[in-house]
Amino acid sequence: MKHTIRLPGAARLFRAALFFSAAALAPAAAGALPFWLRLPEQASTYAPEVDGIFHLIMWITGVIFVVVELVLLAFLWKYRHREGRVATYTHGNNRLEVIWTIVPALICVMLALLSRRVWETIKEKMPHEALEIHVTGEQFAWNFRYAGPDGKFDTPDDILTLNQLHFPVGKPVIVTLTSKDVIHSFFLPEFRVKQDAVPGMKTRIWFEGNKVGHWEIACAELCGLGHYRMKGFVMVDTPADYEKWLAEQASAQAAEQPKTAAEGGPEQTQAAASPQKGGNS
Amino acid sequence: MSTAAKPLEVHHAGVHAAPTSFWRKYVFSLDHKVIGRQYMFYALAMLVVGGLLATLVRYQLAWPGRPLAFMGKLAPEGMPGGQMLPEYYNSLFTMHATIMIFFAVMPLLIGAFGNFVMPIQIGARDMAFPKLNMASFWVAVPAAVIIIWSFFVTGGAAAGGWTAYAPLSAIQPKGQTLWLISLLFLGLSSLLTAVNFLTTIINMRAPGMTFFRMPLTTWSLFITALLLLLALPVLSAALIMLLFDRILGTTFFLPAGLVISGQPWTNAGGGQVLLWQHLFWFFGHPEVYIMILPAMGITSEILPVFSRKPIFGYRAMAYSMCGIAGLGFIVWGHHMFQSGMNPILGTTFMISTMVIAVPSAIKTFNWLGTLWGGNIRFTTPMLNALSFVSMFVIGGLSGIFMASTPVDIFIHDTYFIVGHIHYVLFGGSLFGAFAGLYFWYPKMFGRMMNETWGKIHWAITFVTFNLVFFPMHFLGMRGMPRRIYDYSQYTHLKGLQPMNEMMTIALFVLGAAQVILVLNFFLSMRRGPVAGPNPWHANTLEWMTASPPPHENFTGRIPAVYRGPYEFSAPGHGSDYWPQWEPPGPAPAKTHA
Repeated sequence: MKHTIRLPGAARLFRAALFFSAAALAPAAAGALPFWLRLPEQASTYAPEVDGIFHLIMWITGVIFVVVELVLLAFLWKYRHREGRVATYTHGNNRLEVIWTIVPALICVMLALLSRRVWETIKEKMPHEALEIHVTGEQFAWNFRYAGPDGKFDTPDDILTLNQLHFPVGKPVIVTLTSKDVIHSFFLPEFRVKQDAVPGMKTRIWFEGNKVGHWEIACAELCGLGHYRMKGFVMVDTPADYEKWLAEQASAQAAEQPKTAAEGGPEQTQAAASPQKGGNS
Repeated sequence: MSTAAKPLEVHHAGVHAAPTSFWRKYVFSLDHKVIGRQYMFYALAMLVVGGLLATLVRYQLAWPGRPLAFMGKLAPEGMPGGQMLPEYYNSLFTMHATIMIFFAVMPLLIGAFGNFVMPIQIGARDMAFPKLNMASFWVAVPAAVIIIWSFFVTGGAAAGGWTAYAPLSAIQPKGQTLWLISLLFLGLSSLLTAVNFLTTIINMRAPGMTFFRMPLTTWSLFITALLLLLALPVLSAALIMLLFDRILGTTFFLPAGLVISGQPWTNAGGGQVLLWQHLFWFFGHPEVYIMILPAMGITSEILPVFSRKPIFGYRAMAYSMCGIAGLGFIVWGHHMFQSGMNPILGTTFMISTMVIAVPSAIKTFNWLGTLWGGNIRFTTPMLNALSFVSMFVIGGLSGIFMASTPVDIFIHDTYFIVGHIHYVLFGGSLFGAFAGLYFWYPKMFGRMMNETWGKIHWAITFVTFNLVFFPMHFLGMRGMPRRIYDYSQYTHLKGLQPMNEMMTIALFVLGAAQVILVLNFFLSMRRGPVAGPNPWHANTLEWMTASPPPHENFTGRIPAVYRGPYEFSAPGHGSDYWPQWEPPGPAPAKTHA
């Protein structure tokens, strides 16, 4: 089943806002802007929604920013000290106070409501049918665990990889995260995915790749001296390629069964997985 | 709230004789003005240390892995042969943030300006508890000694980030223990200060100085002290718990089954990792307001003086600060959206966070309203205060991005956040501190600072500040994580080196420009023109008394207060300012001019 993002009835304003910002940013999409002014490529189904909110906020705050700074500069110019000038004697204006309390409040609450919808889609509601992958962070590597042929986790036929995340395009993936040692953060910039991996806890996040390709996983939570090199690789495959890869992994793992079955300490996992690193990619 | 403060006994007579010995006068002084100056030198020295650490961080980001020969000699363990090690890099940014937040900005805004200015502004002869005040400063001194010392212990200084997230902070080398002890000292110091400020402001205002005639600097310090009083004990509790986890074998933050570097961590079980974050940010978010509120107060003080116009919406300014203080305690979860905290709770915190933008917006619009129709003079304090307003707008607006939970998924823990906090803490707090420094320097030292050099310092600082920190938003938009030793490891971040290089070069200029401030600061003490009591023609009580003010602040009786603090350009009044202490009636001949 394809997991689609449903926008409930009252979301017209939201959609309009998204279209508006998308249209306004068309030049950006066309590559008219330098790369550092653009968000990274969108590799997940919900990335456009996250970016939509980002751009909406950028437009709103951008306009406020320009107006406020221009007014500031205009006042500084117009009311600069000159001989004989007398300042206006006023202590304020209650109507203005009410206006500039209510208007920002309305904008902020509107942004919160729009954000809530996307947030709910990403972090609160998990898709029903999805590929489950268990991820364990450790200083300074990502361990991935697939259920293997029997479809169950923590059985001898589980498929383990180190720093190599494969999944098929067009199918939701639910990642369950934890950590062996300190907090790590599972960050896939192009997927707009970030979720901390916390020792003693299981956290979950889902995503669905919308294109085939290779990207990087970064650790986004300071985890020690090797934090900067805690890098993983995402491979979004065509379903056929993914199945092929899975089968290869299963048979390779079966050959090494005695080693992986013991699977007690992290050293072993690492030792078992490391030599395969070249073969995986 | 009482409408009129009762003059206390201490107001009337000099109950404490002025100290004469060097030690009692300059070192273990009970005089809030001396303590304020002590805090100022303390904070400025630590500001230099924190700034130097930042330049090292930025050097590594501009030219990852390029050796720095002289550092090989200065820090042979962290930078052998001048080549920076990743753990040393982690120490550098951890200590940069720790020193800037706890040892520079807070002591400067609260310790220095708060101590020096607030009692005079309300017409008190000193703080309510002068001995406690002295203790606050002298408790902060060992904190600084310990934090500097921690650079030289085995394993180096703390490297777990200024947020010290457990369990990383629980398994770090010894430097982290010193970090905890140092901050405990500082927490005690700030707590004593908070109690002292609150007591002084509530009880020791001059006759006629009602709450709504208080200068906004004093208002901001009042709210800040309240935040300190309520937030710091929570931090201290968390620090003690972490210290116990490290040295006494408790497991507050250590869950069962921790495996560190392949070895089961023996001291683990039953702890909750996220508990640290909840406790830390319950303190940590009010802390942000603790650092920005006094700067807001200083700005609100300076804009009317140099616009020659009453502050626009005085009560709105005071109430919005109360609003910030109240809301500031229910937004901490926005630091934890991606932490594994229940996402439904994330929505709650998003809404409260969006709402807290409103009081800041109110303040900004009122500052603009103050400028409207004014008679604006571009003195150095004014330029810095205006920079505060324009930069705080950026810091405030960029906060809305991360308040939005889905956007935060992407920008959390990236350079976007680093850009945001620097627009608030440097663009905001530090420009506010510079404004206060130039504004009250004549009161503190009796002489004016050089205006020309002050303006040059301001101009270079303003331009290079934006060159260093604005591009951080772009780095964040490209997904560059913060606290990262070598981003060139990632193919998607490689193209960012030229921008990082530009930022670092701008930082070198920014740092060099501060030499101008230091020289101006010290040379003006001897060479600056004599200031006189009221060089800016301002209205608040500190400008009534001599510069620098005498022992116990006011010669003779405590002044009575007749009006609000910002009565500028009142029609029918002789001059364009009408001080709080001048009795009503036609403008009398000014004896203080």
